[in-house]
Amino acid sequence: MHMSQKKSLAVLSGTLLTAAMLSACGSNNNNGAASASPSTTEPSASASASASAPASSAAASPSASAESERYEKPVTLKLLIDNQTSTEGIKAITDEIEKRYNIKTEFDLRPGGGEGDNLVKTKLATGEMDDLNFYNAGSLFKSLQPEKYFLDLTDEPFMDNVVDSFKPTVSVNGRIYAGPSGSSQAGAWLYNQKVYAELGLSVPKTWDELKANNEKIKAAGKTAVIGSYKDSWTSQLILLADQFNVQATAPTFADDFTAGTAKFATTPAALRSFEKLAEMKPYLNKDYLSTTYDQALKMLVDGTGVQYPMLTFALSNIFATYPDKIDDIGVFAQPGDSADSNGLTVWMPAAISIYKDGKNVEAAKKWLAFFDTPEAMALMAAKAKPEGPYVIKGAALPEDAYGGVKDMLPYFDSNNNAPALEFLSPLKGPNLPQITVEAGSGMKSPEDSAKAYDKDVEKQAKQLGLAGW
Amino acid sequence: MSRSARRIALEALAVLLSVVVFWVPFYFVIINSFKNRTESSLLDIRWPSAFEIYDNYKTVLTAQDGMVSRAFLNSAAITLLSIAVLVVVCAMAGYVMQRRTDRWSGTISFLVLAGLMIPPAIVPTIWVLDSIHLFKTMSGIVLIEVALGISFATILYKGFMATIPREIDEAAIVDGCGSLRLFFRMIFPLLAPVTSTVVVLSAVGIYNDFVNPLYFFPGARNATIQLTLYNFTSLYNTSWNLLFADIILISIPPLVLFIFFQ
Amino acid sequence: MTKASRRFYSYAFLLPAGIVYFIFFLLPTLMSFFFSMTRWDLVDWEFIGFDNYATFFSESSLNIGFRNTLIYAVVTCALKVVFGLLLGVALTSSLRVKSYLRSVVFFPTLLSTIAVGIAFSSMMHPTQGLINRSLSAVGIAGPDWLGDTGIALLSVALVDVWKGVGMATVIFIAGIMSIPEEYYEALQIDGGTSFSKFRYITIPLTAPAMNSVIILAFIGGLRSFDLVWAMTKGGPGFSTDLIASIIYKQYQGGFYGLATAGNVILFIGVSLLAFPLFKFLNKREVDL
Repeated sequence: MHMSQKKSLAVLSGTLLTAAMLSACGSNNNNGAASASPSTTEPSASASASASAPASSAAASPSASAESERYEKPVTLKLLIDNQTSTEGIKAITDEIEKRYNIKTEFDLRPGGGEGDNLVKTKLATGEMDDLNFYNAGSLFKSLQPEKYFLDLTDEPFMDNVVDSFKPTVSVNGRIYAGPSGSSQAGAWLYNQKVYAELGLSVPKTWDELKANNEKIKAAGKTAVIGSYKDSWTSQLILLADQFNVQATAPTFADDFTAGTAKFATTPAALRSFEKLAEMKPYLNKDYLSTTYDQALKMLVDGTGVQYPMLTFALSNIFATYPDKIDDIGVFAQPGDSADSNGLTVWMPAAISIYKDGKNVEAAKKWLAFFDTPEAMALMAAKAKPEGPYVIKGAALPEDAYGGVKDMLPYFDSNNNAPALEFLSPLKGPNLPQITVEAGSGMKSPEDSAKAYDKDVEKQAKQLGLAGW
Repeated sequence: MSRSARRIALEALAVLLSVVVFWVPFYFVIINSFKNRTESSLLDIRWPSAFEIYDNYKTVLTAQDGMVSRAFLNSAAITLLSIAVLVVVCAMAGYVMQRRTDRWSGTISFLVLAGLMIPPAIVPTIWVLDSIHLFKTMSGIVLIEVALGISFATILYKGFMATIPREIDEAAIVDGCGSLRLFFRMIFPLLAPVTSTVVVLSAVGIYNDFVNPLYFFPGARNATIQLTLYNFTSLYNTSWNLLFADIILISIPPLVLFIFFQ
Repeated sequence: MTKASRRFYSYAFLLPAGIVYFIFFLLPTLMSFFFSMTRWDLVDWEFIGFDNYATFFSESSLNIGFRNTLIYAVVTCALKVVFGLLLGVALTSSLRVKSYLRSVVFFPTLLSTIAVGIAFSSMMHPTQGLINRSLSAVGIAGPDWLGDTGIALLSVALVDVWKGVGMATVIFIAGIMSIPEEYYEALQIDGGTSFSKFRYITIPLTAPAMNSVIILAFIGGLRSFDLVWAMTKGGPGFSTDLIASIIYKQYQGGFYGLATAGNVILFIGVSLLAFPLFKFLNKREVDL
């Protein structure tokens, strides 16, 4: 047994050693051994090389004094941003920042959606967050525990530039942890104005008018409401865009919902949103369960589908793919049951926050202070048109803004708008897309869907460990 | 009907079925990867009006700063490293497991079998990887692929060992060869046929693995070829020509490996 | 066993494999029993007993996966056995095209599941897809393969079989080829038909091959995730969710304790089904 113990040590020292022993052990190796040996030695060498060279592109810390406007040596900031956001407009601003302050911006692309959320969370947990984090404002941002990881920006002078309605969406306990990244957008109904004109329709102010329009469109042999439930996230829109109407009848719903005292199934105004979703089923295109978002945009643009409940960022997608058709597309708010209260549900722009433990916090502050100015928004507008009004005071819509975005202005001028629920409450059940597919396709009744969603939210609240659940 | 006529009819039928069931999907993907975006969006099998082979494939390979090319390197490295480790450690394990029977044998066999049946526990594995600073590293994903491939490869090696006579071992013992030397010099070369099976099956499995890199090797820089393809479905979902070109590119390495080993 | 042979067949040979296997497979598996009873964000955890299990079993969106997983495993396994055996017999017969057919049938097993999923979901589109357009050309109105909640899971299972039948066929071919020619000759003398040849010789004598196929396909089906994720993401609604895809969704949601509870449920379920099946099949094999 003595010998075997010595041998066991030899075995322990691993694959490389055995590969070495192979070559030491005589000359009559046949094919099997010969073919195995290169694959054991060569790649292990390359692995150690790749493991020892992590991409360490973090730049030198700022040597210039904080008072100086421009750094003498270039500083590089890393901006973590999802790969679905178009970076054209942001680049226009970062180029100017580099010119002014000698601060370079490196875009660190990450996946979007749930995979991206996870990546951001693990980056924070493992202390590998980039200097700047571009991330959804509202409940998603708050779920990152910003007070733990991000710089408190409440007392920064540039916060005066930011529209007040944005601030609560990035605040925890009254402290602000991020600035806005651009324009707001709306969850609303995109519609083909050409077809509306052909059929002599006018923009509906009530849900019944909307249904009457649907009937006329259907009678004309076109798809009244485009459903693209293959991309299940698109099925949530009717529900989410109804928030203005919900808060018009149940003003405290968002707070009560967060506290766990109000439910979708038992609040008539909120249940109504699920009912509206279900009521649209007869007007959907036949293959709505197999239609994707992009196919839906195509239908809207060529007029085979006439109305599409969607976020207004779709205008940018339409402009990119069908630039000559963008003026055909208008926007109206999802109507409620009464014409007296007709308003728009607004989505805030993504938040840009500064990682507290980053190497270049001062430079990052400078970066964000310039980013959140009307001047920077104008630079952005020159490259990427806004999908809604800006949330920076004094930043006006450009002359050539999309017609659909101009349609949104009256709702802002008359103050008939409300932020979407996800900006008011940290709770958004992760299964909502699947639940709205069920509700929208009649697999489940609106009541059962609302109950299922309440349960999903309860699960989330419990997993987050929220008080009162 | 004569026997041979019947046989010819049968053969024709078999070939026809194989064409419909297998060749049509292949052809569909290949021909659409040659078309321009508009024509490929029709998703039919018509002949393209113009071939855009070079453009399509170049676009895919250079998209997002050459993400596909980088992913190819990642996938190749993960596959080669995992296979190298798997072959050596599993050949050793299978060898002793087949040769030795005592009161531990049953337990060991059970543990190996368990690895074949029980799905891995995802989040605790991430936790383990993270604790030893291997989460999101090449070494980490390689060790995971090895750990999850051990059962299958060991069972294959153990099974094949039964066909290698013990007399070989005994002769070597008489010659005074050490046990490691005996194994690597005498036994391992004799395992060549099953080694090539292990290499092909594990290589195809690891190269095509989607789930483990999804969990254990996340991050845009890390992307493996399967993750890249998956991400392209949202990026390219109106550009079927590019998506299909990506599919073709990804399918070439396993095909080459298969032909090479056959 | 002699001392000398113990020395030669030292368990030290198992160590390299054993260490990796323990750290990266057994240890997390054992730990999952604990973490499944916590609220957990990878850094901090809080013990909450069986709450996660209660949540998993009480929610329809979570436990829909049990039924689907079982259906998926049984359907894919059964079809792979049937088609694999038939193809195995056909491809060991006197057909002159058999080596061509072997390659063609085996080829899909080399392909990436994600690639296959993408290609087939484009072909299964109800109006634009190749399958339904071909069907309508001969006057059949094809269903909405992936949009109809009643058949979506079966459509995915069919694609799984398309991709996986080659492996089953190869195993069956190996089994059939190992049957000694004398058995068939004996039956020939007795005047057996080709069906009785199949029924009384091929089927019983390929039992080991069949067991391998059943075990591999059934367990593979129970654990399956990638094809469903590539084709339907568990939709429409929750209609094609499998336990593995539900675990992934909980993981995405950051519910690590809940995801781990799902994992424990999955591997207890797999063990309860797979180990007895394995025992049963092995015993049957010995009996024969």
